[in-house]
Parts: sequence; structure tokens; C-alpha cells
Amino acid sequence: MKSISIIGAGPSGIEAASVLARLGYTVTLFEKSSSPLKNIADKAFLFPNFAAAGDIVELMNKKLLNSNIVQRLDTDIVGLVREGDSGWKLTDAKGASYYSDLVLLATGYTPFDAHRKEELGYGIYEGVVTSLEMEKMIRYDNIVTSLGEKPRRVVFLQCVGSRDEKSGNHYCSKLCCVTAVKQAIELKKQVPDAEAYIFYMDLRMWGQHFEELYRQSQQDYGVRYIRGRISEASGTFDGRVQIKAEDTLMGLPLKMTTDLLVLMVGMEASEGTRCLAKAAGICGDYGFAQSVDPHINDCCTLHDGLFVCGSCKRPMTINDVINDGRAAAVAIASRQ
Amino acid sequence: MQKRFWNEYQKEIADDHFFYERSCIRQTFFPGSEAAFLRIVRDELGKDICDNPHQHTCTGIGYHSDVVPFETTMTVVARLFSLMTECGYENYVPSCVTSFGVFSEVIEKWENDPKLMEQARQFLWEATKREFKIPKNIAHPSDVIYKFRFDLKPKMKYQLVNRFTGKPLRVVEHIGCHYAKIFPERGIGKAEFPYVLAGMIEAWGGTVVDYPERRHCCGFGFRQYLVQENRGYSIANTKKKFQSMEPYEPDFILTNCPGCNMFLDKWQYTISEMEHKTYDKEGFGIPVLTYEELTGLLLGYDPWQLGLQLHQVQSEPLLNKIGIAYNPDEKYKGISGRLLQRPERPSCLRVFN
Repeated sequence: MKSISIIGAGPSGIEAASVLARLGYTVTLFEKSSSPLKNIADKAFLFPNFAAAGDIVELMNKKLLNSNIVQRLDTDIVGLVREGDSGWKLTDAKGASYYSDLVLLATGYTPFDAHRKEELGYGIYEGVVTSLEMEKMIRYDNIVTSLGEKPRRVVFLQCVGSRDEKSGNHYCSKLCCVTAVKQAIELKKQVPDAEAYIFYMDLRMWGQHFEELYRQSQQDYGVRYIRGRISEASGTFDGRVQIKAEDTLMGLPLKMTTDLLVLMVGMEASEGTRCLAKAAGICGDYGFAQSVDPHINDCCTLHDGLFVCGSCKRPMTINDVINDGRAAAVAIASRQ
Repeated sequence: MQKRFWNEYQKEIADDHFFYERSCIRQTFFPGSEAAFLRIVRDELGKDICDNPHQHTCTGIGYHSDVVPFETTMTVVARLFSLMTECGYENYVPSCVTSFGVFSEVIEKWENDPKLMEQARQFLWEATKREFKIPKNIAHPSDVIYKFRFDLKPKMKYQLVNRFTGKPLRVVEHIGCHYAKIFPERGIGKAEFPYVLAGMIEAWGGTVVDYPERRHCCGFGFRQYLVQENRGYSIANTKKKFQSMEPYEPDFILTNCPGCNMFLDKWQYTISEMEHKTYDKEGFGIPVLTYEELTGLLLGYDPWQLGLQLHQVQSEPLLNKIGIAYNPDEKYKGISGRLLQRPERPSCLRVFN
């Protein structure tokens, strides 16, 4: 039976490992961090059904309890080259090499670094936070301003680092729209008196129950939506954040002061994805890895024995990447 | 502020041998600034700078007011470049931020469409029989002062410190829109957090006031002011900035643009006459300095030789805070030593004699 290496212990990598292990294959799962599921470890609840992220993490971790899965944590794979006719050589950051007949790339994404949108004041004004930081606040029931007080107003801004000329990311990150809706609802649950505004270009409620969630946020929680992007954020004398935007439905400029400005950061190819996609010669757009075909052969690459799954290919939601991990496992199993 | 992004954005500024181009309006409103810059570059820094008497407008004000066509602007710019070429210089330093923006725009156009440059060469030749080279380096004079700010510091007699409290002076810096908002990569610190003036302030002991309307227009905006019916927009802009900076109690405002200097200074008088409102506690207004005036003051140049008496908002409170020596009796004397007329007193804004 051929040896299989999976690079990346996110939900897609774990799901693929789990399926392959249950099918009787021995899988080595490489993860550069000291624990798996780093990207969802700090999430509070998952859209659209507000499932506790901790429960998902627990269930995914249980899938790793299979003797056919060998975990190699703290192992940062930085090199990936074809070895001979039928195998692959993996090299980690410490110089150690590993050999495998088949490789599945599941190196995932990294959140957009909001510092790159300087005009929005992230890293400058304490009242400007990212959606990841907001998620942590929600998780620990600790939504507070930079002064440690309950916010009276929170503004969410969509498309930070997505569909954006300045950052060079023209693509949609797919999950920010519904995440903002979800976070605004969580805010209203935890701080009912706070006003919640969501600034958007258009709201892409594409998934099952997303549209309902959007409606519920307005009808039941009073979340307000303003079509327009924020052009700049500045600190105010009293430690709040002043934003300027254009309300494109009203056709008017708008200035508003808020206690928290939450930047809904998009997804970018992770450093591991960029590095290994380049090493293997499967670079796609924006540093993501490229599959053979997005319709019918989305887990295979141009190279025999090299597979891709999850958000190393493009922005995906958690349920997308879990399904994709399963699909990759089937593609690998059916290849042999 | 937690992080200073502007440090990451720097630009190339020539080291020596500058060709200086004066502003159309600065010598009227801030008559000592350009002379101070030449003195600083030559005498303090020991650099070579050419002040050619045959220079002329860049057309910037007319161009941005839609009364001068771009072909004319290109040809006029080409003539200015020909003066630099004839003098044997390659590093162009335009005094005015709008000129800086015009030159940057023309060169950008030429680089993207060489036919336009050939057209400008042809027009210039037909009109003047002159030829030109594109400057190797274009920097605004504030870039030059910024570059040498630490070389100038040891020569300075004063620092931006309140001598009564020992605390750094709080300085509002205002960057002309055409410095970095058109071509962000041509400004130190780019457009969002330009560092050219902030760098001087911090190097010389002051602190920069980061107020909400920091990036907002000074109120000039060309057509906002030049079209008389639009002047309400102009003063409304300026008022918005003053309202925003007022709680921070700035000691003075530093600018690098002729229009910003003028409007932030003179509209304080207008607002005080219209609304009986000033934006400092004492009623003197907030002094507005050019970067050359500030550099000169700290180097120990005489405030009246720098032309500070021609500002609308008088600078004595600031001079007193820093401890800069000045002779009140010399304030309104001309170069001949003869006392010129004293200006009329505003009805609201307090002034020194």
C-alpha cells in the first residue's frame, strides 16, 4: 500500500486523513503548529446555526485518534519535490526529509493582514479590531472598547483585503458577509443596548440559511446595514474611532463615531500554500494552489500523486473544506 | 499611536546640486520662506542649489482650475526643465506642492505615453528653440529638509519644547494634497500617514497631534476658493479641521503647501470675524508655520526676517513658549530700518503689536 503524506492539520487535512485511515491507509499528517485546527481554535460559534466551534474542534480532534494516522506537529514543511518516478520528497524547516508516494496539500489560508489597509487604522487606533479579534471577544463574552467599557456602537466593515484594488486581492473571500451578520447578532445578544452597523458593497448571502440569518439580524436584533465602504478611520479625542464613508444608496457622504470598528478580514493563501505551490509548480491566482479543474477534478493537480484540498485552493467555509477533504481522500483512494 | 507605518515608506532624495523652482504665491504670503530655504541649504548644509531668475509658473493653479489645457502645462513644464538642463542640474526641487504634483503628473504621463513627451519637445522647440532632459530626481523642499533633519539638529539653538513646562510642543502637521495624494509613492510615508513633516517635528523635539480630520483638505481646493461663489465650501472645510484639532490644544500648525499655509492662517481671521471664535484658549489663534520658517526659527534666524509678522495669526505666543528671542520694535520695520505701517487690528482675533 502506498504511503500518503498530508501537509496541514486544518479541518480539510484532518478529514482527509480520517477518511483514508478508516479505509486502511497509513497517513502521516504534518502540521507546522504545535496543535491542529489553529484557524478555528479561537472561533466562538459557526454560521449559520451557531454551532459551538469548540464542539467542532473536539469532534475533529477525535477523528485523529486512529492508529493509521501519524501526527507530526511542529513540523513546517517548506520543500516539496518530485523524487524519482513515483514519489515525493518533503523537507521541513529544520532540514529533515520525508518520503512519500502520495502527497495531499492542505496548507490552507491565512487571514488578511489588516495593517496593509493603513487608512482603516488597524494597529494605530485601539478601537479598530479585526473580525478574528471580535470572534475572540464573543467567545469569551468580553466585548469591550479600548477603554474596557461595553460598546455603545460597533461598526463592521466588509471586504477588508477582499475585492480590493489596493491590496491586490480582487477575489471575494466568500465568508466575511455572513460572518459579520453572525457577529452582529452575537454582539446584540451579549450587549443588547449596543448599536450594530454593517458597511457593505453588496451582501453575498449565498449559503443555506444565510439569507434568513440576514433577515433575522434586522428583524430580531435591529442590525443596520449601510451600503458603502469606509474610506478612512481616525482616532478621536475620547478614544473612539471616527469613520468616513459614502452611503451609496443615499448618495451622501457619511461621518460616524464608533466605539469599535471591526474589519472583516478576508482570506489569503498561507505562507505554506504559497511556498509549496511554488515548489511543486502548481501556483494559481493570488498565491493559491491550482487544481486541474475546478468542476470535475478539483482535488488533483497536474502532477501525478500530488493532490490539493481545502482553502489552499481558494477561500472556503469550514463545511466546504471538510467536504473537500473527503473528496480528496476519495480521489487518492480511487487512484490506487 | 501604536505603529508608525510611515517609516516603511521612504523615497529617493538627491544629496546635492539642486535646481530650485520658486512658487507663484509663496513670496507674497510667506515672503521669507523661500529665501530661508536657500540659506539653510547653502549656509547650514553646504549644498549647491541654483536659483534661476528666468523661471516662471508651472501653470498648476490654472491647470487644476481647468483653465489651462494639459498640452500647455506640459510645454511650460518642459521649459522649466530646459532651464534646469541649461544650468547643468539634474535634481529638481519645486517650492510649491502643486508644482511638485504637476511635475510628477507630467513625467508619469510621459513615461506612459512617450508620444506626449515628443509633442512637448516639439512645442517647446517651435516656441523657444530649447531642449530639455527629464530630471533624475524630483523632491519637494520639505523632502530635502526632512532628509537632512538630523544634520540640522545640532546646529539648532532651540527645540520644540515648551520652556515653561518642559514638555514637547504639540504640533498639527498638514500636508498639501498634491504632495502624496496623487502619487502616494512619491511622498515620504505615502498618502495615509505622510511622515515628511512629522519626521521634522519628532526629530526636533515636538509631538505630532493625530486628530480625526488630519487628512482633510485645508480648504483651498482650487475651485472651492477660486470660484467666489464656492468660498463657503472652502471656509467650511477649514472650520471642520479647526473644530477637530481644537480639543488637542495644538501649539502650532506646520504645513508644506502654499495654499494650506494661507488658508489655515487667514481663514482663522475670517472665522473669528464671522463667528467670534478662535481655536486656542487665549484668543490669539493657532500659529501656522511653513517648514522653512520653523527650521529657520530653530536655527536662530530672526523671526521678522523670516516674515512671521506677515502672518495673520501672530507668532509671539509660540516664540515665547520656545524661548526664541525677538525684538518687538523691529517687527514692522522694512529692510531700510524705516517703520512701515502697522496693520489694522481685527475685531476678535487678538494680536501683538
